[in-house]
Formats: sequence, structure tokens, C-alpha cells
Amino acid sequence: MSASRLASGGSDIDRARPLTFSFDGRRVEGFAGDTIASALLASGQAVVCRSFKYHRPRGIWGSGVEEPNALVDIEGAGGRVPNARATTVPASDGIVVKSVNASPTALADRNAMLDRFARFLPAAFYYKTFMWPDWHLFEPRIRAMAGLGIVDHDWKPREAADQINHHCDVLVVGAGPAGLAAAAGAAAAGHSVVLVDDWTHPGGSLRHRAGKVDGMEGTAWAEATVARLKSDGQIVLMETTAFGLYDHNLVALNQRHRDSRPDTLWRVRPRRIVLATGAIERPVPLANNDLPGILSADAALAYLRRHGVLVGRQIVVATNNDSAYEPASALAAAGTSVTVVDCRRDAGAQAKAGIRILPGRTIAAARGRNAVQGVLLDDGTALAADCVLVSGGWTPTVHLFSQAKGKLAWSDQLAAFVPGESVEGIGVAGAAAGTVSLSETLASGAAALGPFGSSSTPAPRSTGAEATLGVVSLWPKPKAKGRVWIDYQSDVTAKDVELAARENFVSVEHLKRYTTLGMATDQGKTSNLNGLALLADVTGRAIAEVGTTTYRPPFTPVPFACLAGARRGSMHPPVRRLPLEANHRAAGGVFQEYGGWLRPAYYGGGEAGAAIREEARRARQSVALFDGSTLGKIEVIGPRAPEFVDFIYYNTMSTLKPGYCRYGFMLSENGVVFDDGVLVRLDEHRFIVSCSSSHVAAVHARLEEWRQDRFGRDAVYIHNATAQYATLTVSGPNARGLVEALDLGAALDEASLPHMAVAAGRFAGDEVRITRVSFTGDRSYEISVRADRAEALWMRMQQEGRAFDAVLLGLESLMILRAEKGYIVIGRDTDGNTMPHDLGVAGPRTKRTGEFVGRRSLFTEAANGANRNQLVGLAVREGEAPLATGAHGVEKSGGRLRSIGFVTSSYRSPTLGRPVALALIERGAARHGETIDVQHLGVVRQATIVAPCAFDPEGKRLHA
Amino acid sequence: MTRHYSALSLLREGIAGQTGWEKAWRSPDPKASYDAIIIGGGGHGLATAYYLAKNHGVTNVALLEKGWIGGGNTGRNTTVVRSNYFYPESAAIYGLAHSLYKTLSKDLNYNVMFSARGILTLAHSEAGMETAARSVNAIQVNGIDCELFSVEDVRRVVPIYNFGPDARYPVYGGTWQPSGGTARHDAVAWGYARAASRLGVDIIQNCEITDFIIENGRCRGVVTSRGAIRAERTGMAVAGHSSVLAAKAGFRLPINSYALQACVSEPVKPILDTVVISPDTGVYVSQSDKGELVIGGALDRIPSYGQRGNLPVLEGVIAGMLEMFPIFGQLKMMRQWAGIVDVVPDSSPIIGESPLPGLFLNCGWGTGGFKAIPAGGTLLAHLLATGRHHDISRPFDLDRFARGRLIDEAAGSGIAH
Amino acid sequence: MQLFPCPFCGPREESEFHYGGEAGNLRPDGTDVTAERWAGYLHMRDNPKGPTREIWMHLTCGEFFAMSRDSVSHKVSGSSALGETEHGA
Repeated sequence: MSASRLASGGSDIDRARPLTFSFDGRRVEGFAGDTIASALLASGQAVVCRSFKYHRPRGIWGSGVEEPNALVDIEGAGGRVPNARATTVPASDGIVVKSVNASPTALADRNAMLDRFARFLPAAFYYKTFMWPDWHLFEPRIRAMAGLGIVDHDWKPREAADQINHHCDVLVVGAGPAGLAAAAGAAAAGHSVVLVDDWTHPGGSLRHRAGKVDGMEGTAWAEATVARLKSDGQIVLMETTAFGLYDHNLVALNQRHRDSRPDTLWRVRPRRIVLATGAIERPVPLANNDLPGILSADAALAYLRRHGVLVGRQIVVATNNDSAYEPASALAAAGTSVTVVDCRRDAGAQAKAGIRILPGRTIAAARGRNAVQGVLLDDGTALAADCVLVSGGWTPTVHLFSQAKGKLAWSDQLAAFVPGESVEGIGVAGAAAGTVSLSETLASGAAALGPFGSSSTPAPRSTGAEATLGVVSLWPKPKAKGRVWIDYQSDVTAKDVELAARENFVSVEHLKRYTTLGMATDQGKTSNLNGLALLADVTGRAIAEVGTTTYRPPFTPVPFACLAGARRGSMHPPVRRLPLEANHRAAGGVFQEYGGWLRPAYYGGGEAGAAIREEARRARQSVALFDGSTLGKIEVIGPRAPEFVDFIYYNTMSTLKPGYCRYGFMLSENGVVFDDGVLVRLDEHRFIVSCSSSHVAAVHARLEEWRQDRFGRDAVYIHNATAQYATLTVSGPNARGLVEALDLGAALDEASLPHMAVAAGRFAGDEVRITRVSFTGDRSYEISVRADRAEALWMRMQQEGRAFDAVLLGLESLMILRAEKGYIVIGRDTDGNTMPHDLGVAGPRTKRTGEFVGRRSLFTEAANGANRNQLVGLAVREGEAPLATGAHGVEKSGGRLRSIGFVTSSYRSPTLGRPVALALIERGAARHGETIDVQHLGVVRQATIVAPCAFDPEGKRLHA
Repeated sequence: MTRHYSALSLLREGIAGQTGWEKAWRSPDPKASYDAIIIGGGGHGLATAYYLAKNHGVTNVALLEKGWIGGGNTGRNTTVVRSNYFYPESAAIYGLAHSLYKTLSKDLNYNVMFSARGILTLAHSEAGMETAARSVNAIQVNGIDCELFSVEDVRRVVPIYNFGPDARYPVYGGTWQPSGGTARHDAVAWGYARAASRLGVDIIQNCEITDFIIENGRCRGVVTSRGAIRAERTGMAVAGHSSVLAAKAGFRLPINSYALQACVSEPVKPILDTVVISPDTGVYVSQSDKGELVIGGALDRIPSYGQRGNLPVLEGVIAGMLEMFPIFGQLKMMRQWAGIVDVVPDSSPIIGESPLPGLFLNCGWGTGGFKAIPAGGTLLAHLLATGRHHDISRPFDLDRFARGRLIDEAAGSGIAH
Repeated sequence: MQLFPCPFCGPREESEFHYGGEAGNLRPDGTDVTAERWAGYLHMRDNPKGPTREIWMHLTCGEFFAMSRDSVSHKVSGSSALGETEHGA
């Protein structure tokens, strides 16, 4: 192949702006407007990569997204891009381009010898061997051989990709003649339009094929049309690919940028979609058709007219249709020798100046090693050539239509599948719909708008020459001599397709999976139809009967970063933050995430364990302050509120007196404890559900569900006030003294505010709610205050706390305090099987007669079973270390080890001076005093089952 | 014709032009009656056919597939095989499957490429490490290989993870099953099909069930698009379609069907050697032998029979993966798809006789069916051959729902499938 | 991305919604029901392939409603507030 740059011409390049980059270590020159592929061609680079399996030398075949061969790794301003498609990536100055799957270079690849063993490595050969002695002995080498591009280990993420949601009336995919006609028509009818095209300039085929519209040259008309759309305020996105058509006609776009910005994801929700996505030229089946220098005739024309690149000097064109004659003539006019081998006998009618036509002939084989050197015709004639152009007909680009579940119909006339019956909201136009002439194409663009078309403005008209096709079938044939390549990138030959059929892989999906035809990065854009046509032939079926494989998104590969967008770091998902975060940080709080909330785990910079134990120790001695703001606070208000809370809770709640609160469980309908917490009754018809921090949304949703589905909207009203209030807790022997010092105006004596009572107070003019509940086992006051006033109260608490040697409690020390008391944390000390009677709260199960959530499930065979895991404490011998959380109780039964439960919480208690642990143990409630084996990572220890509460079992300190 | 697969036969066929291979499986027309019918030509149905013939000598069997074999979830999953389960019942069933996978290639004379590349389940917090310890201990007590990994261990196995100080999902450690790994999904279906066909099973594709033949309250066969076919025992293994067939047979199942998406990147040279699962992001990722990253995540939370991917869940999965492996930000998604999974409240399978006597179930594997194929086949074959449960399948009977004896892995370990 | 019609807020993206179960799954009185019937309520589903009617919650406004749609094509045919007649999407 001896491609070269012409001295002039090329609509897309700017010769005033030269650029250079390196390819496989070689310097390549080009111009602004070149793709990497066009610059490589212009520099005479025939071999640009190696094939996946056999490491065959491969050159550039196409001029766009269909390119099966030319994949490269690029190092540029934005870091590395592995597996870039050279035909779609603009060349830019200074980038470093490396061929994939080749070492050291595409031209001198050290694995090239693999091709010599190809006869022993047919499709799916790996299923038939490597079993003995074992697959794992072979796999590492196969893995090392596989893969294309190379990942850069030092790659650093850039800024987040933009993601844009957009609504419009009409989205037009493709800015060729059909798409432009549609966009112009929709705009004329007063609709908002988004027009996208994956190329750098509008026009599609008009940029390199002859055609006049409304008296203008095609390219000029395209650019004028786009200019008019833009000045109308319509959105035109070039270098943008519509890659997915999803449910409810949402179209996803991948927009690329010339600077180093990551690609933008557009999610467009149009009322009407026009798919004017064109068609892709098919290869012609001939032996050795993968040699570098054999390329699509249309691509050759595009390189000539867009980039001023001549793909060869001595050119043979193989075709079965009229569309190859324009490239042939244009190349001849550019001074090359052109011979057209046309399989149609009547091809002489196409005679053009300067080209030789061999009608009724086909090419049997191409010759050459690293580049094509000539061809052999079916009659044995040999022709010399440095370039072979192939045009095997056109495959409409129906991917998006098929993604939308549109059915395809076979067209004998076009020798291709075209869109069948229409899909709601989607019109298909132009070559994608099977049109050939420019007149038809322009008209179909306007028609595809359906109700969004313009009745007053006429559609653009073709005023120049009209294309014809006259295609006849030229499919790969069984038993052909030599290797006829069907899927270049996957290295699938016609023989592989025949082998698959021979072995009964006759479903088109089986063919695809067995041979990997169409599964490479080009997703078979050039290969699928040839493959299934051959399968049809081999199995004696019509092509329509064989059908196509399912088209799946994306149409072209989409960067992961584009799909992820801004969902990263602290935005994945956003953490929830406390109103007092700054204060905690100032106090030395070390933060961790708990159930989506960022909370202080402990304070002070020292060693975590020591700091946590010190907080727990001091809390028992004087007084502790804790920020419990994340606790759920959901108000339940209304005439049927008492009945409602009885239904929601396992415990009877309607007997609670106003001004008091009660601890209880909420169950799921399957009887499992879902949440625990305190219910406050403020007055006859007003309750506050307090629930676990991480369960607020779920509890709220459940309350709403029962309210709306069972009680009625008028019966109860539910308000989630969690975010409105901060809850600050004072706990410890000196808690009352400290709260008195806060001067909240509420009587705190035991008679006025006993344990589990609620009082209203005021702080700095705002109402506060003081609740006597305890999660530490010490006398405690939970003070709820408007979230925006929490800081003042917290500062005041700390100020008054100095006199009491108050300590700030992080979440970790609180965990020790509650474990000492045997207080559970749902989801930690319970699991997805734990029912309330497993936690020692059996009363309501046996005594309540009324209905409540989950009731019936408490009486299934399993719920009544004798071997349930029940909450216990575990004690270890004096001086021993704490048990590991997650260790299992084990016993031998029938010679086999089995689990009898596990440790759920375990700490060293600084107050007791020994470890404490909670566990769920089979029949545990009846086994207090029994010693069991506890296993952690294979090491077995002994522990004695005790009551869950290890500290102050009489509960005196609650009232102290 | 060349029948046996080996390096030698491949060499011989290479010299002969690969023209002598016999069909991987026969495609006979259905007969009017069989000893047993299996509905569903996915991995589970094909494995059932194979083990019926191999373990029980029942070879007069029809396997009916409405489309092409292996075209459902068998061909749509992320190919993970593991047995690191919390409950003994789960460990027994997945352990059986795992042990059969290890020798499956030789057993079937078909390379299913089972590759014990190890399964790493990450822990992203102290609490996560405690849960991990709970799981590891349970799994070890169940007699299955599993280790508790430290941060250093994780770094050794997946050095490309984001260990940076600002990582949104920092690693505290994880659980490691060294014998877990992946297998080649299509090969599992084709390998079983070939082996079953050779033992005499009729594999009949493009054969859709339109009705059941019910006589005296018993299933006596099926009516299909290719005529009525009778048998005393019928088994169904039709993931993604179980409720539809159950409705034809006159009963309901505790199943909701959802789309589960997966995607692959373009192929790249080896970069990730194990399967990595992150419970906090809900993402799992491995690299196939072809070089593609195979990425899975959470269900689309909308009941669906539409076998196609959608954007919102996918975007979340990809974002999660990039938090784990920021360097994958340079790669591109090549293909996206979805399978329909039948999700049971406890995410454990249903195996046993259905409410219609004579019809046996193997369904409800949710997102975890692929790894269980050899066990699902063994157990349904046992039911079809004997009419009785295997000890391993007994706990998974449909009756567990009324008895309240659910086997919910998520309840115990915090991690479902 | 599907669009669901909340009867209160209009068409919104699917990610704003939470599936609440099949419509018409009436809750039996748990104080007087067999284990089988209770398990039926808890677990057994029609799970239809094709037209289906379901309960959904719009997380943004907190309202539950009934929606008719097709589980294969994902086409939504209408929605209504609980206890009201359905109107088209």
C-alpha cells in the first residue's frame, strides 16, 4: 500500500495548522482536522495493529465508528486512552500513539508466528483442550496473550464528567442529509430540536459523495442548514454519539471535547426521535480480505475528499453495487489506476472515464504479506494492486431502533435488514431506513418527523445527480478456498462459521457466542450480516429466518467516567452531616461514617482504643455529653394515633400516659425485629416515634404505608421532624446537676420528671423537650432543641460541664456503655431472624390479643421452635482478652462442627475492669451458667453464658 | 467423526481442516412421551438432564427449550462461582456445586474454564470487619475454605484498589475464598448439553410450553408449540419465567422478577486477577480471560421481564466501581445487558415438588444461579428420578415459607448473593 | 430511565419511586388466619409477565399510589391515588 497526501484538497483539514504525533515510536505528520487514521494513511503506515487471536497484521479499513481494526492506545493531555478507535479520534499535536496487541510494534510483532498455528486454533478451540492436566496451568499464559490495550496504572482521575438532562421536542440522530432535513423541518414547525452527529462536521455522506440540495453543493447546504439551526437557538452537538435508546425513549449521548475535559453524558428526553444514522459499507468476501491495504470503498472516498489522502496508486475495486463507482471515478480522476471487479454481468452500463470494468467477475483472493500486492480473480486472472477497495453493499445502522425493541424486516432489494413496523415516538430516515437516492433520503427525513413535521415549509429537494444501488447478493460462500475473514477484530473466518454450523451452533446467538463473531469492540458493525448470511447458506435457511442477534447498548464504547459523572468521593452518595460537626471537630472529634451519617467516633487525637475506654470510664464517674441528633424523631398526630401506634409497635402503646415514653420494638410483617426505640406521648393524639438513626427513612415510609393503606389519610398525620431537631444527651451520676445548671425552666425532681417521663422547657427563648431515657444505664436527659439553636445549647452544656468534669462521648464509647448494660443495637445484636421473644421480650406475643404488624409471623413453626438463637451475655475467665466480635459458639454434633450462634458485641469494660460481650446463642436464655466453646479464625476458647446486663443489673443508677 | 475433545483430536482435526467434528448435541424431533421432561434449556435444566442420565440411568428424557439453549441467565451472568455461605444449608448446596465445578471439565470432556482465581469480599469499616469475621467463622465451621483478610492482604491481592487517604470506601480488610472463581458460562451450558445428548437425552430447542397436561390432579406432561409430550414426571428450571409457568400449572410462587444488569469493558491486558466484591458499593468486578472487565451490581428495583439494561442503576454501579478502582476511569464500557432474575424473599432457591403433583421445581436462585448449576441439576435429577428430596434439597422446599423456615443469607451475614 | 406518573406530582423519574408490591394483596387478620394463608399474603405473588397493577411510593412526596404498566414493554398505562379511579398516563 502506498497511500499518500495530495498536494491540495480535503474539506476537513486545515493545511495551515500542521501537527505531529508519534505512532509506535515513529513520527507522523498531519494537519488539524485529521483523524489519527487519516494521518497514519497519509504517512503511508499500512499496518496499524495486530488482530486479537492470530496477531495478523491489520490496516485501516473504515473511516468512522465501524472500523474493526485500527485500535490504538493514546497518551495525551488527558492521560491514557486505551483502545481508542483511530478512525474517530482527532489527531492532535504531541500525542503518543501505540498500536494495541502488538509488541514492540505493529509491523514487527513478536507474536506474529501465532498465525502459522491458526489451523489448530479454530473458533472455540479452547473448549476442546487445556483440560488435562488442568486448565489453571494454561490459563495464565492465555490471559497474558488476550486483551488489547494496556491500562496505565498511574492514571489519575480528572475533573468529574458533566451530565446534562435535557428535554426537547425532537431529537435527530445523524446530521447527514436525512437528519438535516428532519431537523430543519422540526425547527420550521416551531419545535425545539437537538441534532447530534458523531463526526466533527455536519453533512454525513454529503461531505464526500456528490449531491446538491436546493441548488447548493451538499457540504455547503449542510453547513448552512446547521448555521440556521444554531441561529434559531436549536442545539447542535457534533462529535457526539447517541449510544443508547432506553426505556420510555430516553436517549443517552456521549459528547467528546477537544480539550482534556472528560466526555459529557447527555440524557435527552425528546417527544419525537428521528434516527438518521446512515448505513455501513460491508466487506466483500474474498480470501485474505484482511490484508492491510484492503479497505472500504466509501472510506477511501472519504479520506480523499475529507482529508486529501490518496489510499493507493494501483487500485482494484471489488463490488456488487453501484455505490463503488463514485470512489472509483474520484480516485481515477486523482491520477490512480482503477480497475473495478463487479460481480454483476451488466456492470458495463456503469462505465466511467478512466476506470476499467470487469463485469461478472469476482475476486477469489488477495495476495500480499504485510500489505496487499495484488488479487486473483475467479477466472484465474492476476491483477497487481497496492490497494483493494471493497463495497459489498450497505447495512443500515439500525442499532438504536433495535434497542428500542423495533422489529427488523429483510429487504431483498437492499440485501439488508431495514426497520420494520414503526415504534411509538420514533421515526427512521435516510440510509438507516434503506433509502438510496438523495431525493428519497431528504423526503424520508421530513416524513420521519410524523406529527412534528412542518406542513407549510417544503422539505429540501435534491437538485443534482441521484445515487443508485442495484445491489445483488455477494455473501461469503461455504467451502471457499483460503481464509475469508468475516469478523476482523475477533479473527473469525468463514470456515469458523461453517465449523459452528457443523457442530450444531445454528442459532444466530449460538454462532455469535461460539465463534465470538460480533463480540469485539466494534460489536460486529461490518461483520454481522456477512456472518449470518453464511450461516443461512450453510444451514439452508433464508437470511430473514436466521435473524439477527440482539443489539445492545452502547452503540460505541462509552468512557466509564462519563457514566459515573459527579457521583464520586464524598458525593457517592453524599454523607449526612451533623449540625454540630464544626463544634465536634473543634473538640478533637475523629469522624467515621455510621449508617450514612458522619459522626464523631471518639475525641482527642490519641490512640483510638485508649481514648474510647477513657471516655467510657469517665462517663460512669461524673457526667457525659453526647450528640444524638441523628436519632429519628417522627411525629404521629391525629384522632386514630393511639390505635395507629398500637398497630405499628409490638408493645401496647396506647396505655402510655401523656408526658411519658416507652421503649418498644417495631417488627416487620415477617415477625423480625426491624427497629427499636422510645415512643413519646405528648398528649392524647400526639406521639413522637424515636427510631435508629439509619432507619429513619425506612420507618417513615412504613408509617406512611400503614397510614395510607390501612388507617386513612384523615386518621393520622405523620411528620418526620428528624432534621428539624438536634438531640443532645446528658448522662451520668451528675447529669441532673448539669441539666439544672442549664436552667431550662423545667422541674427536674424525681416526682416531676421520673425516668421515662417527658417535660417541656425553654432555652434561650425556644421550647426544648427533655426526655428521661437512657442508653447508658445512668440517669440521662435527652434534650431536643431546634437544630439551628443546637450550637448555643451545646456550648452552654460544655461550659456548665466544666464544674462537673464533663466528658464528650463519641459513638464508640457509647457502644461500650450500652453493651455493659446489655442494651442492644438492632442489626448488630440482632440479625434478620431475631424476633422479640428471642430478646427476652415475650410478653406482648403471649398477652396481646389485638392485631399488630408482624403478629402472625411470631407463631410459625420456626418462630415457635425450641432452638432459636437468643440474646445472652458471654463472660470469659478473669484476665482473658475480650472475645472477638463475630466469633461463633460451636459444638460437635454427629462428628461435625456446627455453629450455635455468634458474638455480636464485645468490649473491654473500663468500669468493670473485664471484658463484656453480647451474643445470640441457640436456646441461650435457658443456658445461663453453661460454658461453651467459642471459635474465632480456627482458635477455640471457652466462655460462660450469662445475663446480657453486666453492669448495675438492678438498674439503680438510672435513678441515682 | 471426531467425538472426543483433546489436544490430540484438535491437532488431528487441524490437519484435516476441522471438518470431522460431530455435532455438539443432537436436535431430534420430540417423541410423544418420555420417562421425564425437563422444561428449560439453561444451565440448571441441562445439568438436570445430564445427571438424570449419568447418576440415575434415566436417559429417555426430553429437555424442552423455548429458544436456544443457554440463552437465559446462563448466558447473561457474571460467571462467579463460590461457596462461602453462612448457613449450613446454603453451604451444603453451593459447596456441592463448587466441588462439581472443580472437576466438571474432565467430567464433561468440555473445557468450562473453571478458574479458582479467588473471591475477595471487601470490608469498608470496623463494623464491616466484624461482620466479615462473623461470616468467615461461620463459613469455616461449615467446612469451607475462607480467610479473614487484613488491609495488607487485600493490597497484596488487588494492588490497584483505591487505598488513598480520601477513599470513599476505604478498605479495612475482607473475606477471601481462595477456591472461588469464575467459569465460562456458555461452555457450562454447551458442555452439559453435549454430555447429556450423548447419554441419550433429546434436547429440543424452539419448543415453547403452552400448557400442562393435568389429569386427576397430576401433571402428566406438557403441551408445546411442537405438540403434546407426555411424561410421569416433569421438572422445570426456567429462571426468569418461573411465575409464568406456575400460573399455567395453577399455582403461585414467592417470586418477584427483576432485571439484573451487567456490563463489560473493552478488553485490556491483565489488570485484575481475582473477583472483587464490595458490599458497600454493591459492585462486583472481575476480568475475563478475554481481557474484558466484567461488572455487576444491584438489581433494577422495578419488577420486570424486559431483558434489557437501563441507565440509572448502571450509572450507580459504574460510579461505585470507579470509587474502588479509579484507574478504570480510563476505560470504556463496551456492552451492557440484563437478565431476568427470580427473587425469593429469602434469596434462596426453591427445590422440590410443586403444588401440582408430578411437577418439580428448581427456581428462585435470584442473582446466584450460575454458581449453583451442578447442584441444581443434581438435586432436581434426584427428585425426578426418585420422587423424593435429596438431603441437601430438603430445606429448600416450597413449604419453608408457611413454616417460617426461611434461609436468608442476608439475615445472617449481611450479604446476600 | 422510566418516567412514572405520580398522581400528585406528575411524571417523575423512576429513581424517585419505591416499589410497594402487587395491588390487591389484601392483608388477612393476623389473629385468625392459617399459616398457609399468611405465607400467601407475605410471600406468594402473581408476578405477571405483561400487564400488571402495582402499588408504588413516590419517595419525594411520600404518597403511595396504584400504577398500571406492562412488565415487559415497561409502558405505563395509568396511575391513581389509593382508593381513586385510574387516569391515563
